[in-house]
Amino acid sequence: MFETLKIIRRQGKQYIPDVTKPVLPEIFRGRPVLSTAPVDEAALVACCPTGAIGSAPVRLDLGTCVFCGECASLFPEKVRFTNDYKIATNVRERLVVYGGQDQPIALDPDRIRKEINAYFGGSLKLRQISAAGDNSDELELNAGGNVNFDMGRFGIEFLASPRHCDGIVITGPISENMAEATQICYDAVPAPKLIILAGTAAISGGIFAGSQALDRSFLSKYPIDLYIPGNPIHPLSFVNGVLELIRTKR
Amino acid sequence: MTTTLNPLPTIPALTVKNGQSVALDAIPVLSYGAFSSEVLRLLSDPQNHCVNYYAFPDQGGLKFIAATANDGGSGAIYLLSHETPMDIQRLDSLTKSNLALHIYEREIAENFGIEFVGHPWAKPVRYAHDRADRSKTLRNYPFFKITGEEIHEVPVGPIHAGVIEPGHFRFMCNGETVLHLEIQLGYQHRGIEKLFLQKKTLIQRTVLAECIAGDTAIGHNLAFVQNMESLAGIRVSDNLQLLRTLALEIERLAMHTWGLSNLGVGIAYQLGNSVIGALRTPVINYMQWWCGNRFGKGLLRVGCNQYPFTAELKTRLLDLLDEYEAKYTEIAAEYFDLPSVQAPLEKTGTVTQEQMRLIGAVGMSARITGIPRDIRQSHPTGFYEKQRYETVTEQSGDVWARAMLRNREVQKSLAYIRLLLENVTTDGAETERVAVVLEPNQFSIALTEAWRGEVCHCAVTDASGELAHYKVKDPSVHNWLALGLAVRDNEISDFPICNKTFDLSYCGNDL
Ligand code: SF4
Repeated sequence: MFETLKIIRRQGKQYIPDVTKPVLPEIFRGRPVLSTAPVDEAALVACCPTGAIGSAPVRLDLGTCVFCGECASLFPEKVRFTNDYKIATNVRERLVVYGGQDQPIALDPDRIRKEINAYFGGSLKLRQISAAGDNSDELELNAGGNVNFDMGRFGIEFLASPRHCDGIVITGPISENMAEATQICYDAVPAPKLIILAGTAAISGGIFAGSQALDRSFLSKYPIDLYIPGNPIHPLSFVNGVLELIRTKR
Repeated sequence: MTTTLNPLPTIPALTVKNGQSVALDAIPVLSYGAFSSEVLRLLSDPQNHCVNYYAFPDQGGLKFIAATANDGGSGAIYLLSHETPMDIQRLDSLTKSNLALHIYEREIAENFGIEFVGHPWAKPVRYAHDRADRSKTLRNYPFFKITGEEIHEVPVGPIHAGVIEPGHFRFMCNGETVLHLEIQLGYQHRGIEKLFLQKKTLIQRTVLAECIAGDTAIGHNLAFVQNMESLAGIRVSDNLQLLRTLALEIERLAMHTWGLSNLGVGIAYQLGNSVIGALRTPVINYMQWWCGNRFGKGLLRVGCNQYPFTAELKTRLLDLLDEYEAKYTEIAAEYFDLPSVQAPLEKTGTVTQEQMRLIGAVGMSARITGIPRDIRQSHPTGFYEKQRYETVTEQSGDVWARAMLRNREVQKSLAYIRLLLENVTTDGAETERVAVVLEPNQFSIALTEAWRGEVCHCAVTDASGELAHYKVKDPSVHNWLALGLAVRDNEISDFPICNKTFDLSYCGNDL
């Protein structure tokens, strides 16, 4: 008993008081900034393992980027990743960062469905579907509920049954072998319901794009409510993105 | 089973070391009969175990390669091969004589449509996209059936209650008691091995290696970079090797901490869950300080590390170890002393040493029954070669043993990381990039002892030095069967703590 109390005392407060505020180390690869410096564009484009970098104009698509750091290591004068973890948005095109642009990535409030804030503003129960996720995004989603990030305090929680949920969070590139289960699970969630894509693999296939073992047809059937890039997503990217989604009033 | 035969093969297999590459045609090619008897003869020595056995298309036919590791201190890996026409339909099963080979033969059967005659459990492994027979589907998996008035089936998954990867579990129960559990996997299949060939650049392949199993990003990527370096003839500095070992042990520390915290959930021990869970955060945050990613993705690259290990990082890690150890010791003493923790763990989900030998279990699943199987000790590379890691084992094979083993491995890793820090250099020289050109017509093999157990990757290059085949083996491939055996004659409600303590990889199996 006394031991338990001692342990609890030593733990103190573990939760992050304001999840919108923590500062991650500089080396964290969050929102990138592309300078206007001249660069061998072909070489820059070619160095990227997932084709996330485009040219004329030079741009970087976070929905495709696996945050490997290669471009920033080879072309430090051109590409710099900042520690800004607020990289979630509801508009796919907003994940594309252009040269000379240093703007936060945010949701477009006009394109958030009206019912989201009304129904889910104070409580959002989610079913997670790992559709060939590599278990790092899954662990980060779990971390979102731990004593540090503690997203349960905002009413954000993962539940076991899709029937009790308000939406799904997909991780992984969606394998052919998970396509059917993904659909069945989504169908079991009562409307209105959200779809959140957590991680670059879910958004574009990431490093698995082009594999014949995937079946991503599910994604073309429904509007996506939130894209959260990462490899894996950082819990802060998830919590902040979801909070912005459910708290924005229209 | 017990007769220890002459450890040297009579038909000399090619002997290599971990992390070595050789000319592909230097591996003896035997007839299937000679190949079989030689592989079985090697495996009849309990000091040996098969670390890989697979087939791949080569020059219009199929080439089989078997790699048998000697765990008795020689560090040897014996390589043997067999070649056969592509349209071969039937081969005599080796699994009949050695059960540990069951999963390898099942994989070859699934990929190439070969029937292994006499195989006792000839079932699909992962429903690979390019499997030989696409009429075999997840929907028509041949589940083992038990019939009887009281018998009922409990299907679970592929999607589970928690935030975890998908897989299907089919319990055959008599009342609350599990008679048999069949585990059907494949939902996570992404075509990894094929992608290694489709993606042509080194960085693509490196990122792929990091995503085979994201919770083992270091363990798998280390095997990949070691293969590429041996194929390219690159010798990396001692300090770089040390830093990679450091990353591997930090990954182990983080995942063992996670596992023990997660076990707290399974037994409704909230304090253990929260306090140990909170201890994992600074460990993975440390990886983020080092390489910008909490799972170590982005750190290991072929020939170098991408981010320097600075003096500041060293100090930070020493501080972290002190703080971790103080808090861990305190909670572990409380955790493992509680009768309400001990009671559900002891004698639950037990596997025996005999079973684990039979199925060829590796890593923690072997070590919980006293089998000291550990690549760090038997086939050390890098810093492990200089400073032996002394393997710890448990004996009882139950949930308690699995928790205890992780508890003790946490302490071993803490001590080993301190040792690494005594020897580390912080000059940043390890980030210098090197050119990578693979030698043609080579075979290479690399094993690492990742937190779950041995990871084994094999690579083959063609005449132009391009990758012709890449083989990935995660320890879970062997150990899933251990989970199935563990729950027999247990109550179905004990399944979660069994599953949590084996803590196996779905994507590592499914590739
Ligand atoms: S960090 Fe992103 S954009 Fe840069 S090379 Fe890697 S995947 Fe491409």
